[in-house]
Amino acid sequence: MSFMLGITPWPVLSAILWIILITAALYLIRGTAHKTIQAAAGGLHRSFKIASKAVTRSEKNLAVRNRDVLLAAGREAKERIIEREFDRINETVRKDLANYSALHRSLSESIGRIEKDHQEAVDVPPDPPGWVKAVEAVAEMDAKEGRAHIGSILSDIHKSLIKAHKEAMTAYHTASAKRHKLLRHMRPDWRQIQQTLAAVGKNVDSLLGRSVTIDRHMQEYEDIVKGQDRAISVLSSSSLVNFFVSAFVLCIAIGGATINFSLIARPMAEMVGGTSLIGNFRTADIAALVIILVEISMGLFLMESLRITRLFPVIGALPDKTRVRMIWITFSILFLLASVEAGLAYMREVLLHDELATSALLRGEIGATATGEYMWITTAAQMGMGFILPFALTFVAIPLETFVHSLRTVVGLIGLSFLRALALTLRLFGNVFLYLGVLLKQVYDIPLFVPLWLEERMSAVGAPSGATERGMEI
Amino acid sequence: MNKLILTTLCILLTSCTTETAPRNTGVYMLLDTSGTYAEELTKAEQIIRFTLSRLDATDSFAVARIDTGSFSEKDIVAKASFDDRPSAVNRQKRLFAQQVSDFVENADPSPYTDITGGLLQAVEFLNEKGTGHKTILIFSDLKEDLEAGYIRDIDVELEGFEVIALNVTKLRSDNIDPREYLGRLEEWRGRVEKTGGQWRVINDLDGLEGLL
Repeated sequence: MSFMLGITPWPVLSAILWIILITAALYLIRGTAHKTIQAAAGGLHRSFKIASKAVTRSEKNLAVRNRDVLLAAGREAKERIIEREFDRINETVRKDLANYSALHRSLSESIGRIEKDHQEAVDVPPDPPGWVKAVEAVAEMDAKEGRAHIGSILSDIHKSLIKAHKEAMTAYHTASAKRHKLLRHMRPDWRQIQQTLAAVGKNVDSLLGRSVTIDRHMQEYEDIVKGQDRAISVLSSSSLVNFFVSAFVLCIAIGGATINFSLIARPMAEMVGGTSLIGNFRTADIAALVIILVEISMGLFLMESLRITRLFPVIGALPDKTRVRMIWITFSILFLLASVEAGLAYMREVLLHDELATSALLRGEIGATATGEYMWITTAAQMGMGFILPFALTFVAIPLETFVHSLRTVVGLIGLSFLRALALTLRLFGNVFLYLGVLLKQVYDIPLFVPLWLEERMSAVGAPSGATERGMEI
Repeated sequence: MNKLILTTLCILLTSCTTETAPRNTGVYMLLDTSGTYAEELTKAEQIIRFTLSRLDATDSFAVARIDTGSFSEKDIVAKASFDDRPSAVNRQKRLFAQQVSDFVENADPSPYTDITGGLLQAVEFLNEKGTGHKTILIFSDLKEDLEAGYIRDIDVELEGFEVIALNVTKLRSDNIDPREYLGRLEEWRGRVEKTGGQWRVINDLDGLEGLL
């Protein structure tokens, strides 16, 4: 500094000289400096812009891939639902409508019986009484002979009439009773027909209901196949819901597995030793963990064999006979492991009591650990949990499948958001550098305001006045 | 790809088979049975029970008496290297406690006090067990009283050992001249730390939490 101020005997003069020199130098290289700043800023701007475009392209590719994944998952899920609906229809048809011929025969027989009974039950009027003949006889006698015996004849006619009436009434009652009896016989047939028709109606209604459901699913399936935005939106939101719900259930399952682990880790030390280590972990802990993981694996295979989940297509594609065999094998292994766990849970309780007794003895508290009357309840509860938890963990397969499937979509969405944010940031940086270049040029010109002013004045003097005015107008 | 799998497997196997330093604990307790100190043995029994409660599977524990000539296996009252299985450990602890209890009931006072001999025996025992942590508990007033002819002017190698003096009672002469007591403690500290050992004194038997 002292050197710089010492080029003349007067420091102020030296400083002024330096300022003039530096300003002159800066003015002389102004054009080059501006170009350099412009080139640097433009280069950075373009680089960031290119990077942003590349990221945007990746984002678009990822969006397309996500869309494809989502549509494929939705299509598969919808196919499963439709397939299941058809299975149900098939089951209904097989179970209820397969014996339609028998049903038809039964209905025909019932109707035939009713018709026959109905024919027999037609109301037949009683035969005309015999008094007509008697009246004719009386009329003939009145014409041919005298009327001396008319009284007795009429009396006979009266008797005949009463007798005929009685006979007619008896016949009528008998016929009526017979018809009533026939009508009574028709009642169960009517009921049977009514019940049969009600059952058929119910089945048909059920089929109609299912056909409506299938129509709805088919419509959604068509939307998915066409790749409509509405379908994508529905699938995306449903996938997110599935992700969070399945994650929540998996957290619960992890809690269950942890409890299961604590139940068997302690007694496992009796089998594999309490202090041996694999890496930095106790062998007993690892053994307990392995048992739980094997149980979960068996549960997965069981669910796959039952075709409840479809994580392993190989298992689902096995022949039915092999699949059923696999169901039994996995269930047996699971049952054995659950029994082992129940035994270990019992052992845990025994060990705990033994340890408590030893600790009490060492503390000099004799008899302090006398087992309570109701201690069997905790033992039984532990054994029960040890037996039930492996089976409960079997159902982890269902949320796990949902989680795995929805995870693809969620990871895709997160990736998409990240790429979008990255592209935006890169574009932002590109613009920042562009305007930074402009700013730097302006900042560069600040100390050069004197020569620039002079230059402007000189150019104004040298240029024709009209041009200057035009320039000003522009 | 195959190379990568092979390398990963090798690393895993190596990590599984690498021998790690033992993490178990070995404790050797010396009980002074000389003169009036023999009356303190009930306190020692409490300490032994406490120590037992703190030890776990694969740990080693031995209790030996300090008498005229303590550099002998015959002076070991009870010893155990605990099993790997928790149930067996509990059985061993109960048996150990019973053996100590029997000893405390029938202990005879010894005329002399050979602490150095006991210390040598403790070092030998614990080195033989090869435990990760080695602790020697000395339940004594630290007043060594050797019979004529016994040579104990030896430096005991105590590198990696922690020596804890417990219940260092004050003798009548200590009350008259406390420098004797302080000198005794200082002398033992010097002997232990000189050969690389760590030294600690615990006189408050209610505060045994930091013992192990």
